[in-house]
Amino acid sequence: MSDLTQHTNAHDSGHGHEVEPARLGHSPVADIPHRPRATDTDPRMARRAERQVAAMFVLSMVFVVLFVVAYIAIDKTAVVYIPVLGEVGYSQVALGFTLGAAVFLIGAGAIQWAKKLMPDVEVVQERHDMVSPKDDSKLAAANYERGKEESGFARYTIIRRTLLGAMALFPIPLIVLLKDLWVPGPLQQGKSPAEILSTTLWRKGTRIVSDGTYMPVKATDLPVGGLVSAVPEDLREVEELDGNLNARGKAAIILVRMQPDQIRSQQGEGWDYQGILAYSKICTHVGCPIALYEQRTHHLLCPCHQSTFDLADAGNVVFGPAARNMPQLPIGVDEEGFLVALSDFKQPIGPSFWERA
Amino acid sequence: MTTTSPVEKVGGGAATYVDQRLGSNKFLARNLGKVFPDHWSFMLGEIALYSFVVVLITGVFLTLFYKPSSLDVIYDGSYVPLKGIKMTEAYASSLDLSFDIRGGLLLRQMHHWAALIFVGAIAVHMFRVFFTGAFRKPREFNWIIGVALTTMALGAGFSGYSLPDDLLSGTGLQIARGIMQSIPVVGTWMAFLLFGGEFPGTDFISRLYAVHILLIPGLILALVTVHLMMVWTQKHTQFPGPGRTNDNVVGYPLMPVYMAKAGGFFFIVFGVIALIGGLVTINPIWLFGPFTPDQVSAGSQPDWYIGWLDGALRMMPNIESHLFGFTISWNVLIPAAIIPGILFTALALYPFLEAWATGDKREHNLLERPRNAPTRTAIGVMSIVFYLLLWIGGANDIIAITFGMSINSIIWALRILIFVLPPLSFVITRRMCLGLQRRDREKLLHGYESGRILRLPHGEFIEVHQPLNTKEMAVITSKVDVPVLPAPAKTDADGVANKFYLVDRLRHSLSSFFYGSNIPLPTAAEIEAGQHHASHEAIDEAPLHAYEDRDELFNAHGGVLHHPGMPMSNQKQLEQDQAGSTH
Repeated sequence: MSDLTQHTNAHDSGHGHEVEPARLGHSPVADIPHRPRATDTDPRMARRAERQVAAMFVLSMVFVVLFVVAYIAIDKTAVVYIPVLGEVGYSQVALGFTLGAAVFLIGAGAIQWAKKLMPDVEVVQERHDMVSPKDDSKLAAANYERGKEESGFARYTIIRRTLLGAMALFPIPLIVLLKDLWVPGPLQQGKSPAEILSTTLWRKGTRIVSDGTYMPVKATDLPVGGLVSAVPEDLREVEELDGNLNARGKAAIILVRMQPDQIRSQQGEGWDYQGILAYSKICTHVGCPIALYEQRTHHLLCPCHQSTFDLADAGNVVFGPAARNMPQLPIGVDEEGFLVALSDFKQPIGPSFWERA
Repeated sequence: MTTTSPVEKVGGGAATYVDQRLGSNKFLARNLGKVFPDHWSFMLGEIALYSFVVVLITGVFLTLFYKPSSLDVIYDGSYVPLKGIKMTEAYASSLDLSFDIRGGLLLRQMHHWAALIFVGAIAVHMFRVFFTGAFRKPREFNWIIGVALTTMALGAGFSGYSLPDDLLSGTGLQIARGIMQSIPVVGTWMAFLLFGGEFPGTDFISRLYAVHILLIPGLILALVTVHLMMVWTQKHTQFPGPGRTNDNVVGYPLMPVYMAKAGGFFFIVFGVIALIGGLVTINPIWLFGPFTPDQVSAGSQPDWYIGWLDGALRMMPNIESHLFGFTISWNVLIPAAIIPGILFTALALYPFLEAWATGDKREHNLLERPRNAPTRTAIGVMSIVFYLLLWIGGANDIIAITFGMSINSIIWALRILIFVLPPLSFVITRRMCLGLQRRDREKLLHGYESGRILRLPHGEFIEVHQPLNTKEMAVITSKVDVPVLPAPAKTDADGVANKFYLVDRLRHSLSSFFYGSNIPLPTAAEIEAGQHHASHEAIDEAPLHAYEDRDELFNAHGGVLHHPGMPMSNQKQLEQDQAGSTH
């Protein structure tokens, strides 16, 4: 095996690859005979390669000019049809192509240069173990000992311990400062995150309005088998006031209507109104909004992780990773016949959390 | 060499000027001729590095136009379908980047594509390093940095994915928040602090922005620098080949070949990303609409590198515990936190575990062929299969729609396969590696099967075996037969009990598991004999007429047929005859 892995210094110089000063300290691998390239032996081929490289660099410059032209000349709204890609922004495609070509050609030129015209003889360099010379290690140890002695770190026990204590405590302010990452709003004062997560805008008598139009919903508006996304009537004002979508993220519900005899169970006695059921829209798995409803089976499917809830059976999980049933909102009608909530949700909506019982 | 051109004179002057202040010529003298080994797979890390540079360049441009704000605005840009719709400034500015800033969409798409390629190249680069054993001593630290870089890259990708504040990215955040809330004890508070209250709030976009453009890229940049400095100091590993040993580097010098190739390759990567970014649409945020926490689009898919986590979430059975009034959501915690935690910890510790199990303390600069470390290779393949199954789980809805299958049956199949396929692939891979080792041994003993069938004068057919060429010989003989750690004795010769008996026994069995089944290389003499025989022996000593003594010949070689070079031997015979006639 030894004769296979040994290399001897360069002796083949028949290919015009003499050891050059730039590679001092290296020696070509002699074990593989070097096969000269066309560019090594034929000056015409070498000139041709030179022209190819230069041509690529010139083309690169041309594409930069074209890029600038495209940037100025092409209207940003213009659309062009390109087979395979379809209808695409003209400016986008032109800019991408010219930029890509300009940059690519620099690289292609450089690599062509390296492959055709630079030496292709592999050379050898020795490695050295990473470990430091023994003397250095000894010197390092001696210096450490001297430092330890001079500082008295080993002797002054009390200094050492108090220093460790101080070092352990000093990051505390940096952590304390993070507390106000959350500043509770005026209505959240004194409430824990768990309490906040457990309440929504729904209260006894809150009218259910359809999402988007904010029109109150009558039982007759909803055909059997139908599904409506709905929110509490005061959501719009609360959103204005809060300046965020937090209330929506908790209060969003869906209304579904089925034949009353199809309802096998509910989370509370009489929480439906004439076969209309209201469920939270937020998945109890990790909180995706759900709206894929299959009329025939009364299944509600989450598009994120395919948790499936049976709305005819108290919103129980029939498949998928969600562990809790979909919270149901008890509903009824007010004196004008519009659907209203009878209370807030009886359990926190959305994903589970530690403090949730 | 004399420098004559004015440019070189200026350059030389500058070098002297800097050298007088920094002593830089010492560095240049040592390193301009530094040798880098060449192999296509060494480009994978380069792709990762270069795509990261492209991400940085395009990212800087994007920061000039993007506004990380959750303030509501009414969109009034040139994308007609969304005109007049209320949305956050973040989304509106992302739309402006896509429609009203010339080249903005190009930069956005280049940024996104480059990020995908960055993570992909890191993954494949990691495979290369793993399967060739490049992580072994002295490169364990660099492996750990690589694992850290991988997690950073995932974080960078996810944080960027969520910034445009379109419906899809918001859904991703909603899931992230749900996962956060599943963490026992601190989860709820953590979510409230990070989001500044409930979901979605108005703080998170700007906070995420700081993480995405400052914190993570800063860390990546620092770690990449250390990563490269270590490669530089330790010198790159090399694949076995003629003239390549554990103590040398065979390749091309930095100046000029490596500079031209690696430098050129940066422009190739940049150019290709620009072409893809210009021609292939990615993440068309304008189609999804602004984020609102009560809407979602079907078929929501994360970027490819998050798919496995999403798949794990989908496959996990719905287990939740309620203890003393507290809730532990195993259904979220296990797939989203515990499994990734275990995987990445095991990944980071692997070099140390393997070195401990095999008792390996040598420095390794020559890469190991995957077949020569069957157990390691099998562990790698097993992990990839595990990952792929999770990843398939992440696309279960797409698969169900495309192939008209039921989502439930896909999930159930995956839940079973995740326990069956990885061990199976482990066993198969290990057997394949051992089979390849056997073939290597055969090649050394008998040369390689040339595929040339020869009919002997007496009518028998044989296949010609040829001697291995220098390169293949060097590659195959690079295998190092690692001895298995000896089985420990309960007591030593003096009857003193071995306190570490159990540990030693574990190491012994692990080490046997790693290398015990390896097929040993033939001895040097055996190789010599085999190759010698496969080459000139048959040619010189068995010319055409010699086959009349076939019985003798066959017996001499253990009944194995190998009579290489028959046509050549005909030629040789003619030459000999001619030579004989002229003399």
